[in-house]
Amino acid sequence: MTKHRLFWPVAALLALLLVDLVAKPSFFKIELRDGHLYGSLIDILRLGAPLILVGIGMTLVVATRGIDLSVGSVVAISGALACLHLSGLPDQDAVGGTVAAIGMALGLCLALGAWNGFLVSVLGIQPIIATLILMVAGRGIAQLITDGQIITITSAPFRALGSGYLFLLPVSILIAMAVFVLSTLLVRKSALGLLLEAVGGNPEAGRLSGLRSGRLTWLVYVFAGLCAGVAGLMIAANTPGADANHAGLWIELDAILALTIGGTKLTGGRFSLGGTVIGALLIQTLTTTVYTLGIPDTATLLVKALVVLLVCLVQSPVFRARVRRRRRPPVSPAEPARAVEVSA
Amino acid sequence: MTALDRVTGYRPQQRHLPMLATLSLLVGAYVYGASQYTAFGSGQVVFNLFINYSWLLVVAVGMTFVILTGGIDLSVGSVVALSTVLSAELLGERGWPAPVVIVVVLAVGLLLGTGMGALIHYFEIQPFIATLVGLFFARGLCLTISTEAPSIDNAFFTTVAQTQVPLPGDSHVSISVLIALAVVGLAAYLLHHTRFGRTVYAVGGSESSAVLMGLKVARTKVSVYALSGFCSALGGLLLVFYKLSGDPLSAIGTELDAIAAVVIGGTILSGGSGYVLGTVLGVLVLGMIQTLIDFDGTLSSWWTKIVIGGLLFAFIVLQRVIARR
Repeated sequence: MTKHRLFWPVAALLALLLVDLVAKPSFFKIELRDGHLYGSLIDILRLGAPLILVGIGMTLVVATRGIDLSVGSVVAISGALACLHLSGLPDQDAVGGTVAAIGMALGLCLALGAWNGFLVSVLGIQPIIATLILMVAGRGIAQLITDGQIITITSAPFRALGSGYLFLLPVSILIAMAVFVLSTLLVRKSALGLLLEAVGGNPEAGRLSGLRSGRLTWLVYVFAGLCAGVAGLMIAANTPGADANHAGLWIELDAILALTIGGTKLTGGRFSLGGTVIGALLIQTLTTTVYTLGIPDTATLLVKALVVLLVCLVQSPVFRARVRRRRRPPVSPAEPARAVEVSA
Repeated sequence: MTALDRVTGYRPQQRHLPMLATLSLLVGAYVYGASQYTAFGSGQVVFNLFINYSWLLVVAVGMTFVILTGGIDLSVGSVVALSTVLSAELLGERGWPAPVVIVVVLAVGLLLGTGMGALIHYFEIQPFIATLVGLFFARGLCLTISTEAPSIDNAFFTTVAQTQVPLPGDSHVSISVLIALAVVGLAAYLLHHTRFGRTVYAVGGSESSAVLMGLKVARTKVSVYALSGFCSALGGLLLVFYKLSGDPLSAIGTELDAIAAVVIGGTILSGGSGYVLGTVLGVLVLGMIQTLIDFDGTLSSWWTKIVIGGLLFAFIVLQRVIARR
């Protein structure tokens, strides 16, 4: 069972939940309040939704051996544009105006994703630098949109994206799950997933077998931009307002962590959308756990660093081999050669 | 061949082109600034660039080594902040003597860098992830040590901070500038005149070839991260000399500035090609943009980010064009 690729991420998530259970049994209490479910677990789902979305987009990008550092900036831009439009409306609760605001924001995010895709697939720039451009400039653009202010909004239909409920569950997690199910179906039930893995696994072989990798690459960056845009709307709706400086800060790093924890390798090829969702939930649970246990929130980053380090080490084949070797001393005398080959 | 022929017949080497482009941009920006604002023309504006950005310069030099091997170090901003917080805590709360504090701060940076390097090399954790853990860890340590930004009134630190080294032409620089320039000189020597430097380029060019050539890849890879950690800690100390306070939330996003400076300076992110001097020019370009925006007075601070993004784009496209020829 430990061989299954999702074993360690799931084990880590369960271990974390176990800590919560021991420390504070009420952590698992879910009750019906105001016509919807209420409790810490529901909060984890609600607050984890933006990270899940960004993570799904990022996973497909990473599958093609790329990376998208700009998602945090896109989150900020998306929220900024939507809030700017909403704040200018005479009636913020009007559904038409809200839909227009969401449409404008997502349209811009599609364009930003297309820009990243253009740089990577047409100009052939390394993904990490290509998206670094928008990562740096994007925060500036978001501040330009909000004019350096924090725009607060009151629109009820818009706020539902972040803190609304539908069928007892938070709207945000329903959206995230819908995106997850749709993208999983798309990549696993059609050839798309195979093609993405082919592009990332061995671009040259993919090209020789007649794969049009350019279009696929373009597609995944546009998709990542769209996911980041929706996540940006959720974060803005939850605030509620647009903070160009802090919205989505470090979310690109969290998303990359999530997919790494979920077993997707940054070197491209095989990917796991389910693993990313678990990774994202793990990160969100970690944050919530730190609050629950009453650890001062200044230590959140420290705990996060240690847990992530542990998960990465456990997943590292080299580390596992070493631990095993230490536990059962010299079984295979041929093996240790690996460690000395370069340091000699 | 007359001297004139030699000048007109000069064709720069291709690998120097990005650096020359950065240099011409820097000179162009300065000439533009001098033509627009009279105060800009004084030499002190240039020296102020060094004074304000000496700390970033040192950080970016460390980053150059890492990027030359094909790696990346995201932790530098957090390590800079940790150095400032640690200095403030040890000097202020604990009352340790200044030399001891400096040694401890540098040792912590070196240790963190070595740890990340070891994770990357021995456990094959990707540089991006390992240094990301470093980013969270160091920033977490900062916040655990202190959530406030106390000012520093240690006699040694204030003396170093306030001493002005006079230069001809009624200008001056700070001691930090001299330290930063020494670091640049040392780094250039290390890269171009030692076995270690050659190995750095070789690892960046192709790690497996370097291993097959019998080069000390393990030691080199761990060393560059150790060096980057050390440079970040030193950069943090220079930031303390500049601001005389220890702020756990300072230097957020410094890793981006450092990476941008290295890229604008002509070093290729996949490793194997670039110069420390280019990084110096890259940092000066970033500083020059900020200075121009400050002098203008009507442009908001976010234009800095947008312009830097645009410049990154221009330089990366330039590198592509050179590489394709």
